[in-house]
Amino acid sequence: MPSAPPKVAVYKFSSCDGCQLQLLNLETKLLELVGAVEIAYFLEARRRVLPPPYDVGLVEGSVSTPEEEDRIQQVRRDCKYLVAIGACATSGGIQALRNWANVEEYARYVYAKPEYLSTLETASPVASHVFIDFELRGCPVNQYQLLELVSALLTGRKPNISTHSLCIECKRLGNTCVLVAQGKPCLGPITQVGCGALCPKFNRACYGCFGPMEQPNIPSLGQWFTERLGHTPRDMKRMLRLFNGYLEPFKQASEHYERKEKGG
Amino acid sequence: MNAAKKKNDDVRTIQVKALARVEGEGALNLTMRGGKVENVEFKIYEPPRFYEAFLRGRGYEEVPDITARICGICPVAYQMSSCHALEKAMGVFEQVDPAIRSLRNLLYCGEWIESHVLHMFMLHLPDFLGYESAISMAQDHGAIVKRSLRIKKSGNDLVELLGGRAVHPVGVCVGGFYRAPRPSEAAALLPEIQSCRDDLCDLMLELAGIVQFPKLERDYEFVALCPDDEYPMNLGRIKSNKGLNVAQEEFGTVTQEQQVEHSTALHAVLKARGAYAVGPLARLNLNAEKLHPRSAEVLQAVAKAIKQPLPWRNSYLAFLARGIESVHALALAADLLGNYTPPVRSRIPITPRSGIGGHGTEAPRGICWHEYRTETDGTIASARIMAPTSQNQKTIEEDLCQLAEQVAALSDEETAMRCEHLIRNYDPCISCSTHFLKLTRTNV
Repeated sequence: MPSAPPKVAVYKFSSCDGCQLQLLNLETKLLELVGAVEIAYFLEARRRVLPPPYDVGLVEGSVSTPEEEDRIQQVRRDCKYLVAIGACATSGGIQALRNWANVEEYARYVYAKPEYLSTLETASPVASHVFIDFELRGCPVNQYQLLELVSALLTGRKPNISTHSLCIECKRLGNTCVLVAQGKPCLGPITQVGCGALCPKFNRACYGCFGPMEQPNIPSLGQWFTERLGHTPRDMKRMLRLFNGYLEPFKQASEHYERKEKGG
Repeated sequence: MNAAKKKNDDVRTIQVKALARVEGEGALNLTMRGGKVENVEFKIYEPPRFYEAFLRGRGYEEVPDITARICGICPVAYQMSSCHALEKAMGVFEQVDPAIRSLRNLLYCGEWIESHVLHMFMLHLPDFLGYESAISMAQDHGAIVKRSLRIKKSGNDLVELLGGRAVHPVGVCVGGFYRAPRPSEAAALLPEIQSCRDDLCDLMLELAGIVQFPKLERDYEFVALCPDDEYPMNLGRIKSNKGLNVAQEEFGTVTQEQQVEHSTALHAVLKARGAYAVGPLARLNLNAEKLHPRSAEVLQAVAKAIKQPLPWRNSYLAFLARGIESVHALALAADLLGNYTPPVRSRIPITPRSGIGGHGTEAPRGICWHEYRTETDGTIASARIMAPTSQNQKTIEEDLCQLAEQVAALSDEETAMRCEHLIRNYDPCISCSTHFLKLTRTNV
């Protein structure tokens, strides 16, 4: 074992900075983490940059410009382990809504001189471009999952991150079911665990910010929402097409409801 | 970092390819000829994400959750501006209960504390004390870093009380909150907030004694919300120190998002007036008499220590203004928690309708102004969002022009560091700035 502490790099692509901020939000644990690793590249936090290679690279954000398309390749070359953190990096994020739209029309709507923009037709997850070693879901990522991930990588074990339905955690916490008891269109049954079941705790329906669980039964939940709760195909499309809308199988299901919305 | 020197006659170019310790991605190009600034480019290369475009067709209830994702550092500001603007569009703005308004202020206190303290101690203080980062600074000033992290956490705790998590909280809805805190939850937080309030008061006085502020005075037009009876957060007419005085809804008509020729920048100016500054200095200069008494005491002591009474026209003093506002937020939060009783209802009922509503609230970095038009079923027909950093960008550039002349004799590396320090005075949240990519301005 070499005596030098492992080098960690934190990269930003198209994103809101919230997942990087979750690292800083570790607060006192951050100081312990900083003691255990060498923060070699983390522009949001420090000016000093150490040269690559890095032992662990954390990537926040989706790939949405030609420059990012090139940069992600270099990032992959620079990092031994590469981890996509957060909904943008793992699914394309909210900005992936452009993937179903005309980007030129979007650009004309927001910018007076869209011809100066340099942007791709799509916003895509990191894994569409390079091999990644692990993914952490969430909009934003859970800071304790982040800590678990870094600890696991540094000690050479598999990160202990569950991929089952949010409902299981929600039941364990003893929350009243907002779907069954209050008829709210909760995405918990098809959403991956990790947020701490915050929305039901706050008396509202889960909006799926950790993305799809393993093998979700979306048609069954969709049937419940449309037949028993009176939601329209457009409602279904909106619910599925949010922060993880471009990630399968949310993507495919949202396209199904879009066809229904248009009279299919 | 990245300071490159190109000798070409007496022209030198200073580049900072990637600005560190800012939220988002920016860069700076500065061209000088014989000690005179020839060109300043404060570039933003944050990729466009097209929020206004994809908000069209979404349900009004979804908007606060979506706009929050513009910025992970100030999601509450986006949620608050969206809610107020949409309540106007739905015709229920006047019906929001005072108890709900108090909870909104409490939530905003949390965001101000966490955002201000993060910026002050993790991003900005290293500039003043001569370190490349808070990580290096902690080796010599560990106690200050630890105290500040604790205070920052208390801000996160407040946001978590009302929204479950500090980044993209889930508690806010158009019309109020999905759930109001239980009295026991509010009471449990009070001692820590009080303790952090007292500690930050002490810390501010210590800092005022050890931090030196470079001299760079300019005659800014400061713009901020100016409510009659409280320090600005969610409500108030929009005023300036040079006579601007407009209702919230009119702000969109007195500002213009300009595009400079040969540049892709969109930056806001006041029509027929030009650049203006928003943020903690603007708020403090225009509203100091409305500070919480605890914060007013600190302001008085700090102003005495640095021998500069208000108004402060030096952007470096924004560092102190953030601290004074953080004390205000902690003191106000302690009062609100101490007097807390759950509201009769946590949200008001809303019937969707077609309408238009414009409203700005005070994000940590300054006014965050939104305008929405809705269809009869509450679907968003159009959206316009003006982020604080896009409003400050022209002012930052003008500051850079003046600073560059002052530091002409320094090395390129030193000049680059001084310019970066100045940019950080504005706590530029570049992720927020959905509206510009690159700024180029030639100074003749």
